[in-house]
Amino acid sequence: MGQSYKVIIIGSGPAGLSAAAQAAQLDKKNASSSPTHLLLESFSQPAKTINQYQKGKHVMDEPSFLNLRSPMSFKAGKREAILGKWIDDIKQNNVNIQYDSEVISITGQHPDFRVTLKDGNSYSSENVILSIGFQGNPRKLGLLGDDESNFMRYTLEDPDEFDEKTVVVIGAGDAAIENALGLSGNNEIHIINRRNEFSRAKDGNLNAVLSAINNKNNDFYCHYNTNVKSIGLPDNKGNGTIILDTPEGDKTINCDCIIARLGAIAPRKFVESCGVNFPNNKPDSIPDLDNHYQSNVKGLYIIGALGGYPLIKQAMNQGHDVIEFIHGHEIKPADHPLLEQQFKLLPYVMDAQNILDLYQQKVPMFKRMNALAFRELIIESTIVIALDSLNHQEVQKTEDNARATGVDKLTKLIKAGDKLFSKGDYSNSFYTIVEGEVKLVVEKNKSFTLKSGQFFGEMSLLSGRPRTADAIASEDCILIETPRRIMIKLMNSNDEVADGINTVFIMRALQSAFKPNLSTKEMTTLASSIELVEFKASETLFNQGDNGDCLYLIRSGTVSLAQGSNENKRVTTQLQSGELVGQLALMGNPTRTHSAAAAVRVEALKITQQQFLTLIKSNTEQIKTLQSDLSLLLKKSHSMASVFEATQTTRFLLDQGLGEATNALVIDENLCVNCDNCEKACAETHNGISRLNREDGASFAGLHIPISCRHCEQPHCMKDCPADAIHRAESGEVFIDSSCIGCGNCETNCPYDVIKMSYDLPKKPSTLLWVLLGLGNGPGEDQNAKITAQAKDKGKKAVKCDACMEQKGGPACVRACPTGAAIRISPNEFAELVENR
Amino acid sequence: MHQNLLKYKNYRYLKLTILLLISSVVLYLTHNEAQPPNGGTFQGYILGIISTFFILLLTYLGIRKRKYSSSIGTVEGWTSAHIYLGTSLLLIASLHAAFQIGWNIHTLAYFLMIAVVLSGFYGLFSYMHYPRVYSNNNTGGSQDEWLQEIAENDEIIKEKAGLCRGNIRLFILSALEHTSMSGKFHSQLRGKDSSTVKMQADSKKLISNKNQETVINVLSSAVSNSLNKEEAIALNSLLSLFSRRQRLLKIVRRNLQIKTYLKVWLLFHIPLTIALLAALIVHILVVFIYW
Repeated sequence: MGQSYKVIIIGSGPAGLSAAAQAAQLDKKNASSSPTHLLLESFSQPAKTINQYQKGKHVMDEPSFLNLRSPMSFKAGKREAILGKWIDDIKQNNVNIQYDSEVISITGQHPDFRVTLKDGNSYSSENVILSIGFQGNPRKLGLLGDDESNFMRYTLEDPDEFDEKTVVVIGAGDAAIENALGLSGNNEIHIINRRNEFSRAKDGNLNAVLSAINNKNNDFYCHYNTNVKSIGLPDNKGNGTIILDTPEGDKTINCDCIIARLGAIAPRKFVESCGVNFPNNKPDSIPDLDNHYQSNVKGLYIIGALGGYPLIKQAMNQGHDVIEFIHGHEIKPADHPLLEQQFKLLPYVMDAQNILDLYQQKVPMFKRMNALAFRELIIESTIVIALDSLNHQEVQKTEDNARATGVDKLTKLIKAGDKLFSKGDYSNSFYTIVEGEVKLVVEKNKSFTLKSGQFFGEMSLLSGRPRTADAIASEDCILIETPRRIMIKLMNSNDEVADGINTVFIMRALQSAFKPNLSTKEMTTLASSIELVEFKASETLFNQGDNGDCLYLIRSGTVSLAQGSNENKRVTTQLQSGELVGQLALMGNPTRTHSAAAAVRVEALKITQQQFLTLIKSNTEQIKTLQSDLSLLLKKSHSMASVFEATQTTRFLLDQGLGEATNALVIDENLCVNCDNCEKACAETHNGISRLNREDGASFAGLHIPISCRHCEQPHCMKDCPADAIHRAESGEVFIDSSCIGCGNCETNCPYDVIKMSYDLPKKPSTLLWVLLGLGNGPGEDQNAKITAQAKDKGKKAVKCDACMEQKGGPACVRACPTGAAIRISPNEFAELVENR
Repeated sequence: MHQNLLKYKNYRYLKLTILLLISSVVLYLTHNEAQPPNGGTFQGYILGIISTFFILLLTYLGIRKRKYSSSIGTVEGWTSAHIYLGTSLLLIASLHAAFQIGWNIHTLAYFLMIAVVLSGFYGLFSYMHYPRVYSNNNTGGSQDEWLQEIAENDEIIKEKAGLCRGNIRLFILSALEHTSMSGKFHSQLRGKDSSTVKMQADSKKLISNKNQETVINVLSSAVSNSLNKEEAIALNSLLSLFSRRQRLLKIVRRNLQIKTYLKVWLLFHIPLTIALLAALIVHILVVFIYW
């Protein structure tokens, strides 16, 4: 029988250390004769996970908007420095820490828990804090040969162990990036990312990994949208392999080592043995906690990574706060002031935390989200309130006052009846209604109303297409407006939210395509049975002559339809998101008359014959519309197929990315006189730097697609912009704002080479001086301009076409063309362009 | 969609011009016996003012074209108007002059104007004709791509030349060195190839290698009497490399020629315009001073 404590903290990671140090501080303050806390650590040193970090690893102190609240110190720096400082802090704070003490069970209940160690000792305590992290419980690949070995590793302690080796790093999180960067320089590195961006990484890591990938002198390669197919363990010569499933097909890499950093899984068995409940059976599920980090077992608290918060600073703050709670001090979390600002203009006399709880309860999709993750979502979002004009005026004053004090993020105030967005806008934030109603007006006489708990904006979020309706906020309506980046991150990490959004997307997409008369329940059942399929660029959906048993409703991307065999393939039509592909097979001839292929990456809903019948049986009126749409499509497609040149041209344009373009410059070579006035106009209207290269770029049958931005539906440049500097204007233009940090990711990510990195150019003498005195280079970009020291200091920044969004009269390149050779076309003019030739 | 500048906005400026021409003719016909047609009549003044205004307006295209932020019409619209209104000057100015010709400054201005318009016609012909020729010549590629390919091709040629006996190697290198791509303006215009080659390394004499023919002839006969198998293989691939080079140089030279065609007319059009403006000022001053 051991001593008794007020609190026992298990695990001396950042959270546990911070909690213990705060407990020690309180002991000192209360002048306790003996410590009322005990910190148990299974390892011989504190912070085992950080000890196992790579040698010399730079530990970051994200998120930057949060202040540290702990007697322990923590600032971004090298692993060794941080650990050294913590050992000092443990001594200074008189933390009662006991090493080599592995806990095997926690029994009893508040206020009499019994904590038993492996060596048989046990202690009793009023409260227990579990801050054991994931304790090196890595997630495995799940493939043959994935057992930990010298070849197949799940940690990397010392990168110097490797020299001139080929190492494959699997994962896109911080650990994977840090390992890959640690090994780069001396080794050839392949980093395998199953998505197309590093959305989970911290900003600092994101910048570093992308600059490593972008550096052409480095043997550092990233394989995006890639999964591991199989691993080949080393033969007797030590040569191992890994086979990857890439968008371009299988790829084999001969390598010396594979390091998989796929995250860790909670030591769930142990936690459950303490009586703690998990919300579901998913491997990444985290225990349910209240706002005080208390689990369903009273007096048992969970903080840090195990509680769903893997960032060091957050974990340390939680450690501090939880001790304060246990001591009966009601304190606000460190990010509380941020929340208060978000809620400032709301008409509640309520604590921010209570508003937060209330909001989470109001939205079914967020209800079961981890409370702390929801909190983060709200901090990253904007709360919008729509008020009638009288209230609006009054609240406006409060807003002005708050703004005057220099607050940067406040509740967003709008007038009731104002549009949140208009049909055709390219905005892409996601809205959740907390209170009130929002009216979505699709057409003049067609609108529907969404109520509290529902959300909208999922179409633009998922398909990258412009808004399909006007959204009008009613009086006293309160909304959560979440930026696209945050929403994508959430969907990637939270299956429930992803499923929720996907289901509603499917329901609404079916509704607009088939207008079925089905009850919500029937629709939900149907929607959840529909499969979402994904095709890589140039992958086939189906081939001509196949027996068709389903149709596709395109969710994002472009599908091209073609007739004929391989050598004689004639691309006849291209279809975009919201359109149907392959419906003929279900509406007459079951044999596919066309082959369909993804022109760019495509996501589509696969609708089987059965599902199709259910949909159209409920509303036979719609069959006529579907039939007439289909005959129109067939007519168009057959007429195109009869002109061989036109099909070739369509194919060329799709290859040039016009399938995903929203606004592309197309030059008619038969009219272009090579005067380059378009380029000159571009440079003259954009600080002397042309964002267009007329002569380069591909040509076919008299059409020339110069190197110039296509303003893609789902801009490739936008993913992985660490500064979040690339935006889409409501009118569709994709542009880079002044917050660009010059990392070059967008330049790398653009498949059409339209972004360049450039210094600011000095101001030129006027055209008049050029004409009269020959000063300067005249109109157009000065290739020999002398870069000023100031510009060099600022560094190169990304520049690209902004479709002259701020110019009167539209794109300067088109306005400056003397012969009508240069035009910009939008997707709906695409067919006309081909037909007119 | 793409629209040729003559058809701009459904022939807007052609229609305007026809209207204007009819009005001018009607105005001219209002001359009566008491006041026979002349530049100095009321009608003559109106026609003269219109002509002067047009000349200034047409000249302004040169400025408008470089006012890149201007949103007063598009450059295509301005150019379309430029062509039609410019053409209309032939008649309007003739009516103004009442078809009187003499050895004086007035007639000089008139003929300068005709010369400017005619040079413009040639320019218009070039703009209508050569872009298609240029596009066909390039078959989807671009000048930069051809030049890049020539540079890469030359690197391989140098490498292969190293496998040949000394005099052939030096001969090949001299062919590369003395290839002329563009040359002076007049040879660009004529598409002339003044490439040469040194037959013997020590001789100073350069003989013509027009269209790479000399080097291709020498290589093809050398293949049949090469020293060894290795050299024969190298010579054979050199022959193919030079054939490609011949084709690429032809495209590049033709491109330069077409680009020159597209510009050369401006060398007449612009100076003639300046001369016209000068003559016009003198014409107006003279008319008013010696009235």
